[in-house]
Amino acid sequence: MSQVPLNYLNATKGLKSWLFTLDHKRIGIMYLMFIAISFGLGGFFALALRLELLNPKELLFTAKQYNQLFTLHGAVMVFLFIVPSIPASLGNFLLPLQLGAKDVAFPRLNLASLYIYVFGGLFCVYSMFSGAVDTGWTFYTPYSIDTSTSVISMTLGAFILGFSSILTGVNFIVTIHKMRAPGMTWFRMPLMVWSLYATAIIQVLATPVLAITLLLLILERTMGIGIFNPALGGDPVLFQHFFWFYSHPAVYIMILPAMGVISELVTAFCRKNIFGYKLVAFSSLAIAIISFFVWGHHLFVSGQSDYAAMIFSLLTYLVAIPSAVKVFNWIATMYRGSIQIKAPFLYFLAFLFLFSIGGFTGIMLGALSLDVHLHDTYFVVAHFHYVMMGGTVMAFIGGLHYWWPKMFGRMYSEFWAFIAWAFVMVGFNMVFFTQFILGAKGMPRRYYSYLDQFQPLHAFSTFGSWVMAVGFILMAFYLMDSLLNGKKAPDNPWGALTLEWQTQSPPLTENFIETPVVTRGPYDFGQEKRS
Amino acid sequence: MDTSLKIESLMQKGTAFFPGAVGPFADNADSLFYFIFWGSVIIFVGITLFVGYFLLAYRRKKDSQLATGQMTHNTLLELSWTVPPTILVLIVFIWGFKGYLHMAVPPLDAQEIHVNAKKWFWEFGYPNGNKAIGELVVPINTPITLIMSSDDVIHSFFVPNFRIKRDVLPNRYTKLWFEADKVGNYQVFCTEYCGTGHSAMSAIVRVLSAEDYKAWLADANSGDELPLDKLGEKLYTAKACVTCHSTDGSVRVGPSWKGIFDANRPIKGGSTVKGDENYLRESIVNPGAKVVVGFENIMPTYAGSLNDREISALIAYIKTLQ
Ligand code: HEC
Ligand SMILES: [Cu+2]
Ligand SMILES: [Cu+2]
Repeated sequence: MSQVPLNYLNATKGLKSWLFTLDHKRIGIMYLMFIAISFGLGGFFALALRLELLNPKELLFTAKQYNQLFTLHGAVMVFLFIVPSIPASLGNFLLPLQLGAKDVAFPRLNLASLYIYVFGGLFCVYSMFSGAVDTGWTFYTPYSIDTSTSVISMTLGAFILGFSSILTGVNFIVTIHKMRAPGMTWFRMPLMVWSLYATAIIQVLATPVLAITLLLLILERTMGIGIFNPALGGDPVLFQHFFWFYSHPAVYIMILPAMGVISELVTAFCRKNIFGYKLVAFSSLAIAIISFFVWGHHLFVSGQSDYAAMIFSLLTYLVAIPSAVKVFNWIATMYRGSIQIKAPFLYFLAFLFLFSIGGFTGIMLGALSLDVHLHDTYFVVAHFHYVMMGGTVMAFIGGLHYWWPKMFGRMYSEFWAFIAWAFVMVGFNMVFFTQFILGAKGMPRRYYSYLDQFQPLHAFSTFGSWVMAVGFILMAFYLMDSLLNGKKAPDNPWGALTLEWQTQSPPLTENFIETPVVTRGPYDFGQEKRS
Repeated sequence: MDTSLKIESLMQKGTAFFPGAVGPFADNADSLFYFIFWGSVIIFVGITLFVGYFLLAYRRKKDSQLATGQMTHNTLLELSWTVPPTILVLIVFIWGFKGYLHMAVPPLDAQEIHVNAKKWFWEFGYPNGNKAIGELVVPINTPITLIMSSDDVIHSFFVPNFRIKRDVLPNRYTKLWFEADKVGNYQVFCTEYCGTGHSAMSAIVRVLSAEDYKAWLADANSGDELPLDKLGEKLYTAKACVTCHSTDGSVRVGPSWKGIFDANRPIKGGSTVKGDENYLRESIVNPGAKVVVGFENIMPTYAGSLNDREISALIAYIKTLQ
């Protein structure tokens, strides 16, 4: 009888075995589930928004409801989806496997971080039903002090979610320092691990600042401590400084793990060593450090000092260089490879082009005089969706397809994966490229209604959102189908060399039968000829 | 005198990405934009060609096919895509900074106009004491400095045609200057999210020729001859009541004015008030005193920005809306 071999999914049974598991893989899978639900929820809000913007008149929602919708879209996508997305789901699943370890350093802390995430998420959901916030996900004061909507429960939710993020970060740092298999030197670590490491550093250092800021906001609202409220002598712009001191580095919490995934994808599907391992690894760290000193580029028109603006603009360009270098290195990696175009690689290509466009438009926004015109218009909206969705989400989905066989031991339909990818790509560019033009022409963001002359482009953008939605719905279907009816996956369907592929699919609870001993780099494809 | 209130179209005029250009800052911003734009297009096409070529040339044909070479690094190559981009972005940085400095320092002889932002309209205060809502009138080829502050939350003053924008804060003054070099009417937006009426918080800048501007100054207080209800109708748009109140019964942020005169107004707290002149007057100068059921207490007070004749005119106009 060919039974499914024992693995982490069937080792123990029952709900309790999941709720109290300490297995990083199961925790990763549960995170994945919640993150997918959050993405669905945020996406639903996005579709509702775009629908309302089909024309400038009132279609389905009042102005206030619209403002609540875009706030919820932003808050859910940022705090519940994209910040935890890659590190908490794929990262949790992979980090010990890629290091050749049995688990993360603190398995109980890991489970705690999941529970804290769910708890914080419940607060956010509660706030949706108790007079949803309408401040935008940025909670700018003094509006967030004045508004009658439920600012406190939403900020409390984000505050709690922050702790989940910090715990994951601490856990990863210690794991990477202490749990590497024998022979796994720092420069034999997969680049995914390097990028998770850089991410974890930012999570640990920056998130407390957000926590403090949100706490101050809550105190301002409940007790009127007068730190942000101008009526009490506070400074509302101070809030913006505090907020972006976290939230700019957070942009890199979102993109660095994606860059790690991309490095894994390009090497595996080209059977190539990464071009410039050290440059790629160190540029992650460089980005992590410089990212703390560029927050002021969100405040170029806020009345901050002109010298501060100058320095922030300069530093913004410095942080752009390592990202550009990585893109060139990935392309060089393809040179003389053996390129197999499978679903994950399609998302690598999507990332490459969309992230580049995000980068180019970032150069425009970093230029002081140009930012004055473009700030707070749809141009910015388009820019960060190219980076966050075109970058992080594409890499996340690419990584999901890449590791899916490892996680669930099943293959999915390549055909449907290609179709869904095509829908997502076409839809995405319809939605967001249009918004570059709208924004540069002057269309401000967070507008419920707009001038008639903007209507054709807005409508086109809305049509694009439907095309994109079809792509994601297809994806949900064929992935579900793969779980139920998918072909059994071999241990190493892509012929990759990192350690997670050297164990069975899905892995044992203990990951490896015996601790692997590492004798070569993660992408030493040249050597296999000899062996 | 050009009295047509047609606002220059942002989409129809100007270049593919930018609206029509007015004033001293557009040159810098637009040329910088197109410099980066074409630079990016060139690099993007380059990337596409390389990737496309690699995909064709190195596509895996047999499952067992290995890479034909393992280049792990090449310092010269890596420098070649680190150093030139660094130089390029430094050029862009200096270019942008120069433009920004130009905006930061208003000429000494600039005329000052005060801008006061309130949820959700713009009020402009001229040196001669005149105030206008929703309409900033300036002479051509004259540097103007706007001294801006807000009565409530943060707003942001944005004129796409001029390529200028600056936040308007409740606790300090911010400045913005421009010099319009083309006669016309230009769109003003609020670009800092400020609540329910954010997208309705617009205004226009009217740039007049020197003679028209003189005539406008002379004409500015000419409301005197109009009959009261006609003046009220004018003020209804001029003072931005239109952003929150309709005259046809449809509900905006505030209640419609249709039929409210002499009707019983339901007030928060359970009472009703008769919509007579005194009630209407109080609603305008002290809107928080009696808040209509179903609405929030968000109407700004107009005490000080409307004189007695104007208040009477508005009431006279409301009376006509039965
Ligand atoms: C920012 C939006 C806003 C603006 C601008 C505004 N109002 Fe109001 N107004 C409201 C709201 C909301 C109410 C209902 C709540 C209340 O009674 O205070 C209201 C109520 C009123 C009422 C009482 C109506 C009734 O149904 O009993 C009058 C009269 C009035 N406004 C006059 C004016 C005039 C005149 C102007 C322009 C000079 C103006 N409003 C501008 C929001 C606004
Ligand atoms: Cu930033
Ligand atoms: Cu606004």
